[in-house]
Amino acid sequence: MIIAVNDTPTDLPDHATVADLLEHLGKTDTPCAVERNGELVPWRDHDAVALQPDDSIEIVTLVGGG
Amino acid sequence: MTMTATHPTVSPLSIGPFTLDSRLIVGTGKYESYELMQEALDASGCAAVTVAVRRERLLDEQGRSLLDYLDLDRYTVLPNTAGCFDAADAVRVARLGRDLLEQLGNPGAGWVKLEVLGDRATLLPDPVGTLEACRELVADGFCVLCYSSDDPIMATRIRDAGAASVMPAGSPIGSGRGIANPAAIRIIRDLLKDPEHGGDADYPLVVDAGVGTPSDITIAMELGADGVLLNTGIAHSSDPISMAHAMRLACEAGYHGRRAGRIGKKLYATASSPWSGVITTIPGE
Repeated sequence: MIIAVNDTPTDLPDHATVADLLEHLGKTDTPCAVERNGELVPWRDHDAVALQPDDSIEIVTLVGGG
Repeated sequence: MTMTATHPTVSPLSIGPFTLDSRLIVGTGKYESYELMQEALDASGCAAVTVAVRRERLLDEQGRSLLDYLDLDRYTVLPNTAGCFDAADAVRVARLGRDLLEQLGNPGAGWVKLEVLGDRATLLPDPVGTLEACRELVADGFCVLCYSSDDPIMATRIRDAGAASVMPAGSPIGSGRGIANPAAIRIIRDLLKDPEHGGDADYPLVVDAGVGTPSDITIAMELGADGVLLNTGIAHSSDPISMAHAMRLACEAGYHGRRAGRIGKKLYATASSPWSGVITTIPGE
Protein backbone atom coordinates (compact mmCIF):
# COMPACT_ATOMS: atom_id res chain seq x y z
CA MET A 1 0.00 0.00 0.00
CA ILE A 2 1.05 3.57 -0.55
CA ILE A 3 0.89 6.07 2.29
CA ALA A 4 2.23 9.60 2.59
CA VAL A 5 4.98 10.04 5.16
CA ASN A 6 5.88 13.65 5.75
CA ASP A 7 4.38 14.29 2.31
CA THR A 8 6.57 11.61 0.69
CA PRO A 9 4.79 8.63 -0.95
CA THR A 10 5.96 5.47 0.79
CA ASP A 11 5.28 1.85 -0.13
CA LEU A 12 4.57 -0.47 2.80
CA PRO A 13 3.21 -4.00 3.12
CA ASP A 14 -0.53 -4.20 3.77
CA HIS A 15 -1.50 -4.10 7.44
CA ALA A 16 1.81 -2.54 8.48
CA THR A 17 1.69 -0.83 11.85
CA VAL A 18 3.16 2.50 12.91
CA ALA A 19 6.02 0.56 14.52
CA ASP A 20 6.59 -1.28 11.23
CA LEU A 21 6.77 2.05 9.42
CA LEU A 22 9.36 3.42 11.85
CA GLU A 23 11.41 0.25 11.44
CA HIS A 24 11.12 0.53 7.65
CA LEU A 25 12.49 4.08 7.91
CA GLY A 26 15.31 3.04 10.24
CA LYS A 27 13.94 5.19 13.05
CA THR A 28 13.86 2.59 15.80
CA ASP A 29 16.66 4.25 17.78
CA THR A 30 15.31 7.78 17.43
CA PRO A 31 12.36 8.96 19.49
CA CYS A 32 9.64 9.85 17.04
CA ALA A 33 6.13 11.10 17.59
CA VAL A 34 3.60 10.15 14.96
CA GLU A 35 0.36 11.63 13.72
CA ARG A 36 -1.96 9.60 11.53
CA ASN A 37 -4.35 11.71 9.51
CA GLY A 38 -3.87 14.59 11.90
CA GLU A 39 -4.38 12.58 15.10
CA LEU A 40 -1.57 11.72 17.50
CA VAL A 41 -0.80 8.01 17.74
CA PRO A 42 0.56 7.75 21.30
CA TRP A 43 3.94 6.03 21.40
CA ARG A 44 2.54 3.20 23.47
CA ASP A 45 0.19 2.40 20.60
CA HIS A 46 2.77 2.33 17.80
CA ASP A 47 2.75 -1.49 17.79
CA ALA A 48 -1.01 -1.73 17.76
CA VAL A 49 -2.16 0.83 15.22
CA ALA A 50 -2.37 -0.55 11.68
CA LEU A 51 -1.97 1.80 8.75
CA GLN A 52 -4.41 2.04 5.87
CA PRO A 53 -3.81 2.88 2.21
CA ASP A 54 -3.65 6.64 1.58
CA ASP A 55 -2.99 7.41 5.23
CA SER A 56 -1.18 10.68 5.78
CA ILE A 57 1.54 10.26 8.38
CA GLU A 58 3.52 13.00 10.07
CA ILE A 59 6.67 12.00 11.94
CA VAL A 60 8.36 14.52 14.20
CA THR A 61 11.23 14.63 16.65
CA LEU A 62 12.95 17.16 18.89
CA VAL A 63 15.40 19.67 17.47
CA GLY A 64 17.25 22.67 18.85
CA GLY A 65 14.98 25.59 19.68
CA GLY A 66 14.43 28.50 22.01
CA MET B 1 18.64 47.33 57.27
CA THR B 2 18.69 43.58 56.81
CA MET B 3 21.96 41.72 57.00
CA THR B 4 22.48 38.46 55.25
CA ALA B 5 25.18 35.85 54.81
CA THR B 6 28.43 36.93 53.18
CA HIS B 7 27.90 34.48 50.33
CA PRO B 8 24.14 34.12 49.86
CA THR B 9 22.91 31.49 47.48
CA VAL B 10 20.24 31.67 44.81
CA SER B 11 17.14 29.77 45.83
CA PRO B 12 15.59 27.29 43.37
CA LEU B 13 12.99 28.43 40.86
CA SER B 14 9.63 26.70 41.27
CA ILE B 15 7.20 26.53 38.35
CA GLY B 16 4.20 24.32 38.97
CA PRO B 17 5.56 20.93 40.05
CA PHE B 18 9.03 21.72 38.68
CA THR B 19 11.89 22.91 40.87
CA LEU B 20 14.94 24.17 39.04
CA ASP B 21 18.35 24.81 40.56
CA SER B 22 19.01 27.62 38.12
CA ARG B 23 16.94 30.66 37.24
CA LEU B 24 18.10 30.59 33.66
CA ILE B 25 16.30 28.50 31.07
CA VAL B 26 18.42 28.22 27.96
CA GLY B 27 17.51 27.34 24.40
CA THR B 28 19.25 24.71 22.31
CA GLY B 29 18.85 26.35 18.90
CA LYS B 30 21.21 28.23 16.62
CA TYR B 31 24.56 26.92 17.90
CA GLU B 32 27.31 26.31 15.38
CA SER B 33 27.67 22.76 16.62
CA TYR B 34 26.13 20.41 19.13
CA GLU B 35 29.45 20.27 20.97
CA LEU B 36 29.44 24.04 21.40
CA MET B 37 25.84 23.89 22.61
CA GLN B 38 26.79 21.28 25.21
CA GLU B 39 29.57 23.43 26.61
CA ALA B 40 27.50 26.60 26.58
CA LEU B 41 24.63 24.92 28.41
CA ASP B 42 27.10 23.67 30.99
CA ALA B 43 28.62 27.13 31.42
CA SER B 44 25.19 28.70 31.85
CA GLY B 45 24.45 26.44 34.81
CA CYS B 46 20.91 25.98 33.55
CA ALA B 47 18.76 23.07 34.72
CA ALA B 48 16.12 23.31 31.99
CA VAL B 49 16.56 23.64 28.24
CA THR B 50 14.06 24.42 25.52
CA VAL B 51 13.66 22.38 22.35
CA ALA B 52 11.42 22.54 19.30
CA VAL B 53 9.27 19.90 17.61
CA ARG B 54 9.98 19.46 13.92
CA ARG B 55 9.61 16.97 11.11
CA GLU B 56 11.94 14.02 11.35
CA ARG B 57 14.39 14.02 8.48
CA LEU B 58 13.72 10.81 6.64
CA LEU B 59 17.03 10.98 4.85
CA ASP B 60 19.59 11.98 7.45
CA GLU B 61 22.95 13.17 6.13
CA GLN B 62 24.98 12.79 9.27
CA GLY B 63 22.71 10.77 11.51
CA ARG B 64 23.31 13.19 14.38
CA SER B 65 20.52 14.23 16.65
CA LEU B 66 20.17 16.94 19.26
CA LEU B 67 19.18 14.20 21.67
CA ASP B 68 22.62 12.60 21.34
CA TYR B 69 24.07 15.76 22.87
CA LEU B 70 21.62 16.47 25.68
CA ASP B 71 22.18 14.88 29.07
CA LEU B 72 18.61 13.91 29.82
CA ASP B 73 19.51 12.98 33.41
CA ARG B 74 20.77 16.51 33.97
CA TYR B 75 18.35 18.73 32.08
CA THR B 76 14.60 18.99 32.23
CA VAL B 77 13.61 19.47 28.61
CA LEU B 78 11.01 22.14 27.92
CA PRO B 79 9.39 21.59 24.52
CA ASN B 80 8.08 24.70 22.81
CA THR B 81 5.35 25.34 20.27
CA ALA B 82 7.48 27.72 18.21
CA GLY B 83 6.25 28.09 14.66
CA CYS B 84 2.57 27.78 15.59
CA PHE B 85 0.25 30.54 14.45
CA ASP B 86 -3.05 29.31 15.86
CA ALA B 87 -4.28 27.56 18.98
CA ALA B 88 -5.06 24.27 17.26
CA ASP B 89 -1.53 23.88 15.93
CA ALA B 90 -0.01 24.86 19.28
CA VAL B 91 -2.07 22.23 21.10
CA ARG B 92 -1.16 19.67 18.46
CA VAL B 93 2.57 20.40 18.71
CA ALA B 94 2.45 20.44 22.52
CA ARG B 95 0.98 16.95 22.51
CA LEU B 96 3.61 15.71 20.07
CA GLY B 97 6.32 17.16 22.33
CA ARG B 98 4.82 15.45 25.35
CA ASP B 99 4.72 12.14 23.50
CA LEU B 100 8.41 12.48 22.62
CA LEU B 101 9.47 13.33 26.16
CA GLU B 102 7.42 10.47 27.57
CA GLN B 103 9.39 8.15 25.30
CA LEU B 104 12.59 9.63 26.67
CA GLY B 105 11.45 9.33 30.28
CA ASN B 106 12.22 13.01 30.85
CA PRO B 107 10.14 14.99 33.36
CA GLY B 108 9.70 17.67 30.69
CA ALA B 109 6.78 15.61 29.37
CA GLY B 110 4.65 17.44 31.92
CA TRP B 111 5.18 21.00 30.73
CA VAL B 112 5.27 23.12 27.62
CA LYS B 113 6.47 26.54 26.56
CA LEU B 114 3.42 27.82 24.76
CA GLU B 115 3.94 30.16 21.84
CA VAL B 116 1.12 31.16 19.53
CA LEU B 117 2.63 33.67 17.17
CA GLY B 118 0.94 36.54 15.40
CA ASP B 119 3.22 36.90 12.41
CA ARG B 120 6.60 35.85 11.18
CA ALA B 121 8.21 39.29 11.08
CA THR B 122 7.66 40.30 14.69
CA LEU B 123 7.20 36.87 16.28
CA LEU B 124 4.94 38.66 18.73
CA PRO B 125 2.28 36.50 20.34
CA ASP B 126 -1.28 36.36 19.11
CA PRO B 127 -3.09 37.08 22.39
CA VAL B 128 -6.41 35.50 21.40
CA GLY B 129 -4.84 32.28 20.16
CA THR B 130 -2.52 32.20 23.13
CA LEU B 131 -5.37 32.30 25.63
CA GLU B 132 -7.36 29.70 23.72
CA ALA B 133 -4.43 27.29 23.56
CA CYS B 134 -3.47 27.95 27.18
CA ARG B 135 -6.93 26.99 28.43
CA GLU B 136 -7.00 23.83 26.33
CA LEU B 137 -3.53 22.70 27.38
CA VAL B 138 -4.20 23.37 31.06
CA ALA B 139 -7.40 21.31 30.75
CA ASP B 140 -5.29 18.56 29.18
CA GLY B 141 -3.01 18.48 32.23
CA PHE B 142 -0.07 20.47 30.92
CA CYS B 143 1.98 22.78 33.11
CA VAL B 144 1.92 25.76 30.74
CA LEU B 145 4.70 28.34 30.62
CA CYS B 146 3.21 30.97 28.42
CA TYR B 147 5.11 33.33 26.13
CA SER B 148 3.41 36.71 26.13
CA SER B 149 3.89 40.29 25.12
CA ASP B 150 4.75 42.75 27.88
CA ASP B 151 1.11 43.83 28.20
CA PRO B 152 0.29 43.72 31.94
CA ILE B 153 -3.42 43.00 31.48
CA MET B 154 -2.67 40.18 29.06
CA ALA B 155 -0.31 38.75 31.67
CA THR B 156 -3.14 38.56 34.21
CA ARG B 157 -5.45 36.98 31.63
CA ILE B 158 -2.87 34.27 30.93
CA ARG B 159 -2.42 33.64 34.65
CA ASP B 160 -6.18 33.43 35.07
CA ALA B 161 -6.33 30.93 32.19
CA GLY B 162 -4.26 28.62 34.35
CA ALA B 163 -0.72 29.14 33.12
CA ALA B 164 1.89 28.04 35.65
CA SER B 165 4.10 30.93 34.57
CA VAL B 166 3.69 34.03 32.44
CA MET B 167 6.72 34.72 30.28
CA PRO B 168 6.62 38.23 28.82
CA ALA B 169 9.06 39.13 26.10
CA GLY B 170 11.64 41.71 27.11
CA SER B 171 11.75 42.59 23.41
CA PRO B 172 11.12 40.62 20.22
CA ILE B 173 12.56 37.10 19.97
CA GLY B 174 16.15 37.13 18.83
CA SER B 175 16.30 40.93 18.65
CA GLY B 176 18.89 41.42 21.37
CA ARG B 177 17.17 44.66 22.40
CA GLY B 178 16.95 43.69 26.05
CA ILE B 179 14.17 44.94 28.27
CA ALA B 180 12.48 47.42 25.94
CA ASN B 181 9.85 48.53 28.44
CA PRO B 182 11.06 48.13 32.01
CA ALA B 183 7.95 49.86 33.37
CA ALA B 184 5.72 47.23 31.77
CA ILE B 185 7.74 44.40 33.30
CA ARG B 186 7.51 46.12 36.68
CA ILE B 187 3.76 46.43 36.39
CA ILE B 188 3.44 42.80 35.29
CA ARG B 189 5.52 41.85 38.30
CA ASP B 190 3.23 43.82 40.60
CA LEU B 191 0.02 42.43 39.13
CA LEU B 192 1.22 38.84 39.22
CA LYS B 193 3.24 38.79 42.43
CA ASP B 194 2.23 41.63 44.74
CA PRO B 195 -0.67 40.72 47.05
CA GLU B 196 -1.67 44.40 47.13
CA HIS B 197 -2.41 44.10 43.41
CA GLY B 198 -4.12 40.73 43.69
CA GLY B 199 -0.92 38.82 42.99
CA ASP B 200 0.79 35.91 44.64
CA ALA B 201 4.42 36.33 45.69
CA ASP B 202 5.09 32.70 44.75
CA TYR B 203 3.74 33.02 41.19
CA PRO B 204 6.73 32.66 38.85
CA LEU B 205 7.42 35.42 36.34
CA VAL B 206 9.99 34.52 33.70
CA VAL B 207 11.20 37.09 31.17
CA ASP B 208 11.47 35.36 27.82
CA ALA B 209 13.09 36.72 24.69
CA GLY B 210 15.12 39.71 23.65
CA VAL B 211 18.17 39.19 25.85
CA GLY B 212 21.25 40.46 24.06
CA THR B 213 23.77 40.94 26.80
CA PRO B 214 24.24 39.92 30.43
CA SER B 215 23.03 43.25 31.83
CA ASP B 216 19.65 42.61 30.19
CA ILE B 217 19.25 39.61 32.46
CA THR B 218 20.39 41.57 35.49
CA ILE B 219 17.82 44.26 34.73
CA ALA B 220 15.06 41.67 34.32
CA MET B 221 15.92 40.10 37.65
CA GLU B 222 16.22 43.49 39.37
CA LEU B 223 12.77 44.36 38.05
CA GLY B 224 11.45 41.34 39.92
CA ALA B 225 11.49 38.49 37.43
CA ASP B 226 12.00 35.07 38.94
CA GLY B 227 13.93 33.80 35.97
CA VAL B 228 14.96 34.48 32.40
CA LEU B 229 14.71 32.35 29.28
CA LEU B 230 17.14 33.02 26.44
CA ASN B 231 18.73 31.40 23.42
CA THR B 232 20.12 33.69 20.73
CA GLY B 233 21.98 35.96 23.14
CA ILE B 234 24.24 33.02 23.96
CA ALA B 235 24.16 30.96 20.78
CA HIS B 236 24.93 33.82 18.39
CA SER B 237 27.48 35.62 20.54
CA SER B 238 31.09 35.52 19.40
CA ASP B 239 32.01 33.20 22.25
CA PRO B 240 28.94 31.30 23.44
CA ILE B 241 30.71 29.56 26.31
CA SER B 242 32.03 32.80 27.82
CA MET B 243 28.70 34.49 27.19
CA ALA B 244 26.81 31.66 28.89
CA HIS B 245 29.06 32.03 31.91
CA ALA B 246 28.45 35.79 31.94
CA MET B 247 24.69 35.28 31.66
CA ARG B 248 24.82 32.98 34.66
CA LEU B 249 26.66 35.56 36.75
CA ALA B 250 24.34 38.32 35.55
CA CYS B 251 21.33 36.33 36.67
CA GLU B 252 22.81 35.82 40.11
CA ALA B 253 23.75 39.50 40.33
CA GLY B 254 20.23 40.61 39.50
CA TYR B 255 18.70 38.11 41.89
CA HIS B 256 20.78 39.30 44.82
CA GLY B 257 20.55 42.94 43.80
CA ARG B 258 16.75 42.79 43.81
CA ARG B 259 16.66 41.27 47.27
CA ALA B 260 19.30 43.61 48.68
CA GLY B 261 17.05 46.60 47.95
CA ARG B 262 18.49 49.31 45.76
CA ILE B 263 18.77 52.94 46.86
CA GLY B 264 16.27 55.46 45.59
CA LYS B 265 17.13 57.60 42.60
CA LYS B 266 17.81 61.29 43.34
CA LEU B 267 18.16 64.24 41.02
CA TYR B 268 21.12 65.70 42.91
CA ALA B 269 24.26 64.21 44.37
CA THR B 270 24.64 62.93 47.90
CA ALA B 271 28.21 62.93 49.15
CA SER B 272 29.66 59.65 50.33
CA SER B 273 32.34 61.36 52.45
CA PRO B 274 31.33 63.51 55.44
CA TRP B 275 31.06 67.29 55.07
CA SER B 276 31.96 67.79 58.69
CA GLY B 277 35.67 68.29 59.15
CA VAL B 278 36.49 69.29 55.57
CA ILE B 279 39.59 71.51 55.46
CA THR B 280 38.79 73.11 52.11
CA THR B 281 36.67 76.02 51.00
CA ILE B 282 33.28 74.96 49.67
CA PRO B 283 32.03 77.26 46.90
CA GLY B 284 29.07 79.33 48.07
CA GLU B 285 29.55 78.55 51.76
